[in-house]
Amino acid sequence: MVAARSIAFTLNGAPVTADIKPHHNLVELLQAQFGLTGARESCGQGLCGCCTVIVNGKAVSACLYLALFVDGAEVVTVESLDALRKLSPVQEAFIEASAFQCGYCTPGFIMMVTQLLDEHPDPTDQQIMHYLAGNLCRCATYPEIMDAVRLAAKKRRQPVVS
Amino acid sequence: MTILYPDAAKVGSQIGRSVPRLEGRDKVTGRAEYTHTMRIPGMLYAKLFRSTVPHGRIKSIETDAAKQLPGVLHVVTIDDVLKVLPDPYYGPAFHDQPVLAHEKVRFVGEPVAAVLATDPHVAEQAVQLITAEYEELPAIYDEVEALTSNVYVHDELKPARAFADLKHLRGARNTNTALSYQLRRGDFDKAYEAAEHRFEHEFKTQKVLHLSFEPFACICDYKDTHVTFYDSSQGPSFVRVEMARLLGWPENKVRIKVPYLGSGYGSKLYIKLEALALALSMIARKPVKVACTFEEMFYQVTRHPSTFRIKSGVDKNGKIVARKCEIFWNGGAYADIGPRVTQKAGLTASGPYDIDNVWVDSYALYTNVTPAGALRGFGVPQLTWAYESHMDMMARALTLDPIDFRRRNLIREGRLHATGQIVDDAPLERVMDEVLERMRWSAPFDKGSGTVRRGRGIAIAIKAVTSPTTSVAIVNISADGSVTLYCGSVDMGQGSDTAMAQMVGEVLDVPAEAVRVIPRDTDATPYDMGTLGSRSLFHMGHAVRRAAAEAKEKLKALAREVGEPEGSNIAIAALFQKRYGMQAGNVIGTGIFKPDYVSPDPNTGQSPNVTPFWLIAGAGAEVEVDIETGHVKITKMVNVVDCGKAINPKAVQTQISGAALMHVGFTMFEKMHLDGGQVTNASLADYKIPGFHDVPEVMENIYLDHEQANGPFGAKGVGEVSTFCPSPAIANAIDDAVGVRLTEMPLNAETVFRAIRAKMGKPLEDE
Repeated sequence: MVAARSIAFTLNGAPVTADIKPHHNLVELLQAQFGLTGARESCGQGLCGCCTVIVNGKAVSACLYLALFVDGAEVVTVESLDALRKLSPVQEAFIEASAFQCGYCTPGFIMMVTQLLDEHPDPTDQQIMHYLAGNLCRCATYPEIMDAVRLAAKKRRQPVVS
Repeated sequence: MTILYPDAAKVGSQIGRSVPRLEGRDKVTGRAEYTHTMRIPGMLYAKLFRSTVPHGRIKSIETDAAKQLPGVLHVVTIDDVLKVLPDPYYGPAFHDQPVLAHEKVRFVGEPVAAVLATDPHVAEQAVQLITAEYEELPAIYDEVEALTSNVYVHDELKPARAFADLKHLRGARNTNTALSYQLRRGDFDKAYEAAEHRFEHEFKTQKVLHLSFEPFACICDYKDTHVTFYDSSQGPSFVRVEMARLLGWPENKVRIKVPYLGSGYGSKLYIKLEALALALSMIARKPVKVACTFEEMFYQVTRHPSTFRIKSGVDKNGKIVARKCEIFWNGGAYADIGPRVTQKAGLTASGPYDIDNVWVDSYALYTNVTPAGALRGFGVPQLTWAYESHMDMMARALTLDPIDFRRRNLIREGRLHATGQIVDDAPLERVMDEVLERMRWSAPFDKGSGTVRRGRGIAIAIKAVTSPTTSVAIVNISADGSVTLYCGSVDMGQGSDTAMAQMVGEVLDVPAEAVRVIPRDTDATPYDMGTLGSRSLFHMGHAVRRAAAEAKEKLKALAREVGEPEGSNIAIAALFQKRYGMQAGNVIGTGIFKPDYVSPDPNTGQSPNVTPFWLIAGAGAEVEVDIETGHVKITKMVNVVDCGKAINPKAVQTQISGAALMHVGFTMFEKMHLDGGQVTNASLADYKIPGFHDVPEVMENIYLDHEQANGPFGAKGVGEVSTFCPSPAIANAIDDAVGVRLTEMPLNAETVFRAIRAKMGKPLEDE
């Protein structure tokens, strides 16, 4: 087996280093070395969206993203969203709209919806479907996810002061 | 002071409340734990070498090169397994499946050898270095041919003790039939011959699979004195019993812990990777994780492909007087729960109709493909596909309105079902009427024009819930008054934890949110037969209700013991304080539920009590068919079910919607392609499942306002019920739109276009 190599990157705002091998993907890096299991490998082909994380501001399928490529990059995972123990508006909306069943695909959806709303704070249904076309839910909770996205957009536009 | 129930005053009744899922926060933060992503200290990874032939005798397995790869700790074949487990065969109905292929391989993808390493990539690389030689044998793939073929998947049948109706198959040779179920009511032959109109049709269903996004995963940590599994399982109690049997150990030395499930849909029942993980951990004397990739799920378990031959005799008034159902279930290489699918589906094969003369033959058949098991409906979606398509075909031939035809024949409450049980709490006509109303059936309907034609169809179905099964629950009230529920129902996304907490809350007058539901762990949670067949809410619901009621009685007794007057509203914590002088003690209530049941007569299938409740569903679909491409668009879909009282209305609606959409996939495009026994589309790239764009433009998911008389709080199950009707409703709508009848799924553009061309007298050439 080939030798390990060191990389340095920013993970959820913190500078980190890791020793990785060239065949490791980003899911394995996050799970094995940082204990972050929110991004999960399911289809392994970048088609289901369960492994969605944000690299340098762009949502990527971490199962197809080689760990080496995050050297020097900024990586954001679902675990960053409630860093202050408060759920993000998207997370709250998913709970309120009952937008998950088994929950395995949920972090991927939440990351993608977060990116959608960063780019389109008031998305049309077409924009929602376009952004989420690469996220699949085998429990088929799609109607509820649609409701959750609309609710999350509303929450983000009208932040509630608590 | 600890605030236990901050919102108690605001809450009131827990039944009929859309309580947000108790585990919601864990799931949206990505912190919910699943077996597939778990690691435990010292754990080895297993990777599997699989058969490349569908049926063959193993001549040799060459493992030397794999063993020499640096980092490889063990390369295991059945010879190694036999040293630790002398009889390494498992299964719920037959002990027919070996831990690793033994002497023979019986399907492409069957595990033949396993490599263990600390680095999964090393294990994977070593697998590539293993080779095997087989003496190839003729293989059998088709379920109808399997009945009479002289190619036998197993030399000798080995039924498990648990199934009394399989006893006579012990030692049977020269057969592929793992169970034949029969039902006889009246005199089919005579009534069919005498009938004014006679119809005979054949329907097929294709091989599809669950594809839960958390693939199969199991970690086994074997010690000489006890063994612990971390297991993505829908039935930890069964796993415990079966692992204890393999080990020759008492149950109490076997522990099954179940983290959250990335769902299962029936795939994670009975034994999947557990026996293999056990053998590997025994050999390595370390914890071993066996976790499938997405592709490997295509070699674990699927839904049953089926052939259904149905005959109906109809009298001059449009009344069905006779029906014969012959169903052939393609069970694959190992029986898994196929015999139960065959029998339980057989109960209602004649549909939700009142027919005096019924004949059902239902056969579980071995073939040389990936084994088949339960998938959200225990065979009923395959049955409904046939009998509800058949209904529309007959109505069309008789120029009867398909709705009136159904209405004339629907079985009414109080009548005897074909099984001999009186039908009750089965509001079929109400379900159908609700479908019609939601479909605006009586309003004018635009049939389209030009290249886009429109059509609509409905379907209606009944299922008998699997029986008899047992559930046990424990409710524990701690000295501060907080409530803990121990129950073995696995919450794989259906929301059972929340619903069970609501039932406990209702009895003890606390909010569901304050009830802690203990994660499944057979060291703590008592027996449950399994999370399957829409049984949990009813069976476990009763057990939970009884456990909570017993705890409540014990609290009252405690109050009397410490001298509280009758009707005292002393706080629970104060009660414990008074009794034990400090925050100490527990009150524990237990509940057990097993419904009454009478085994069906083996020759006639007759029983006065074959199921504790009926599941009732109806669906309607509106479609647009492009006659130039065959493309079908579902413009509207209505699903109506009777699930008794909805304990959690939002969870119920999500179940109805999700199950129906999953079956839109099975109906419209999902299919495992097999070529010489080899799966040729074992990936998400080649096996398409429903996404956002496949959701019908308009979708309505309704449950009737109805209480199940014998259900806990009037409830019964809902996990499968909306899977029954989408397929025939859509096929009936396509027929209505373009006048072509499809008898085999999927109803993709090619299938529909071929049928349109054939109807025009211009058939396309075969592939």
